[in-house]
Amino acid sequence: MHGLVLSAVQVFTKDLYGPVRWARVMDRAGMGEREFEPMFFYSKAVGHRVLEELSVELNMPLDDILEDIGTYLVSRPNMEPVRRLLRFGGVTFDDFLHSLDDLPGRAKLAVPDLLLPEIRLREHSVQRFSLTCRGDFPGFGHVLVGILRTMADDYGALALVNHGGSGAGTEIVSIELLEPRFAQGRDFQLRAMVP
Amino acid sequence: MSLHSLPTAQALDILAPMHLRVSRTGHILHAGPTTRKLRPHATWEGERLLEVFYLTRPREVQTIGELEAIFGRRLHLSLRDGPRTALSGVAVPLEDGTFILNLSFGLSLLQAVDDFALTQTDFAATDHAIEMLYLIEAKTVAMDASRKLNTKLEQARAAAEAQAFTDMLTGLENRRALDLALERMIERGTAFALMHVDLDFFKQVNDTLGHAAGDFVLVETAKAFRACTRASDIVARVGGDEFVVVLPGLLSPKELGCIGTRIIRQLEQPHDYQGQISRISGSIGTVIWDGAAATSSELVMYQADVALYASKRAGRGRQTFYDPELDANIPPVPARPRRTGAKPAADPARTGQ
Repeated sequence: MHGLVLSAVQVFTKDLYGPVRWARVMDRAGMGEREFEPMFFYSKAVGHRVLEELSVELNMPLDDILEDIGTYLVSRPNMEPVRRLLRFGGVTFDDFLHSLDDLPGRAKLAVPDLLLPEIRLREHSVQRFSLTCRGDFPGFGHVLVGILRTMADDYGALALVNHGGSGAGTEIVSIELLEPRFAQGRDFQLRAMVP
Repeated sequence: MSLHSLPTAQALDILAPMHLRVSRTGHILHAGPTTRKLRPHATWEGERLLEVFYLTRPREVQTIGELEAIFGRRLHLSLRDGPRTALSGVAVPLEDGTFILNLSFGLSLLQAVDDFALTQTDFAATDHAIEMLYLIEAKTVAMDASRKLNTKLEQARAAAEAQAFTDMLTGLENRRALDLALERMIERGTAFALMHVDLDFFKQVNDTLGHAAGDFVLVETAKAFRACTRASDIVARVGGDEFVVVLPGLLSPKELGCIGTRIIRQLEQPHDYQGQISRISGSIGTVIWDGAAATSSELVMYQADVALYASKRAGRGRQTFYDPELDANIPPVPARPRRTGAKPAADPARTGQ
């Protein structure tokens, strides 16, 4: 599992639940006092153990945690680069949804060994969409739910996003776009403010 | 959004938002929506193209006639008033005698986004500008992460090295390990003999055959020390070509004399490094501590150093036991600065540590 993914889990947990609880998760997952490095690669087993232990530590279903991580990734100031990179996907939320097909390709452009699940968008009507993700990353659909709900706000769109179940290595996320221009949305400049 | 059939001018605004339509006389007839952003307060329509833009390549253009000669070719131009952002473009004539000049930012894209406050909607759907901006930003983020990791690894390496008790090149113990061991033995009253060994003629090997040959000799020397000592003895490399052997419980000068001779004989074995033979020897200064007399690791090292100096003076390749009488032979002003009685570590650059 790519270090970027696991260090996102690490930053999320330390930030929202404190470094002590994260240290406990890592210790129970057999990682000792180590920390995940974003540019390293870790075995799938390590990734699964850490997520399992995280669920135990936080006493929450893993699916809920993954959704929270998705939200965290695109809403926190320390994660601004992720939101920005996603916002390059389109001018409107609708554009953005259609850009998700390219997400694994875009991620690969930035970090060649980062493999995200394959994502397919289907447009059932002007309002109704579904995303199918297929890949070696169970629970990615829940992360997407968190990301999409937050990004809808970011674009100022009113949308209902739900996990539509999973099976045989695929997960479905359903999106109902009720109002594309519901609110102002957050500002997006092509150039990040350089501190 | 669904589109009805559009007049050509409007279609062009979508397909090429940064274009200009120019009359045969060189007057601007229409500026696309992104073109207008280059000079947000300008009128555009009716202005003379060559008064707005400065064309530099493929050659300087002063007249519309000169521009016509390079229709279809890649042009380099910049605004005459406003930011000097480099633009590229191509002009093509139309059937009605007017011509279209389409512009793009090329490599000055980042600058242009700042200079002209551009947004995603300012670029044609087929323009790769947004992807380029995405890529620049993504790569910057990834590069930052890599740089942070590199810094972290470098710090970890330095910390590990600072805490190490092993000499990297030879695998022997280092000065820190030796100091610790000596202090512990003195504290516990464990009697020992200590040999300070300085390689003779090593500098010549390094200077004439190179550092690689020098390193090879040092590694071989470490093996020689291991071969001549017991597993419980401490063998440390304390400088470029200086070694210290501590032999706990071994106090007989006769036995120590044998070990010293064996060490020197081993050191004098010729070394074959890539066909080049090098020969060195070693001088030894030995001090015996009975486990009771008042001493310190500094004093022991000083006494061994005095004995070593005597060996060197007596013609090298030999062992001298410390005797307080030898102290008188030490020149009043040391030839080299001394630190806690022992010679300072040799320049690491020279010895390739």
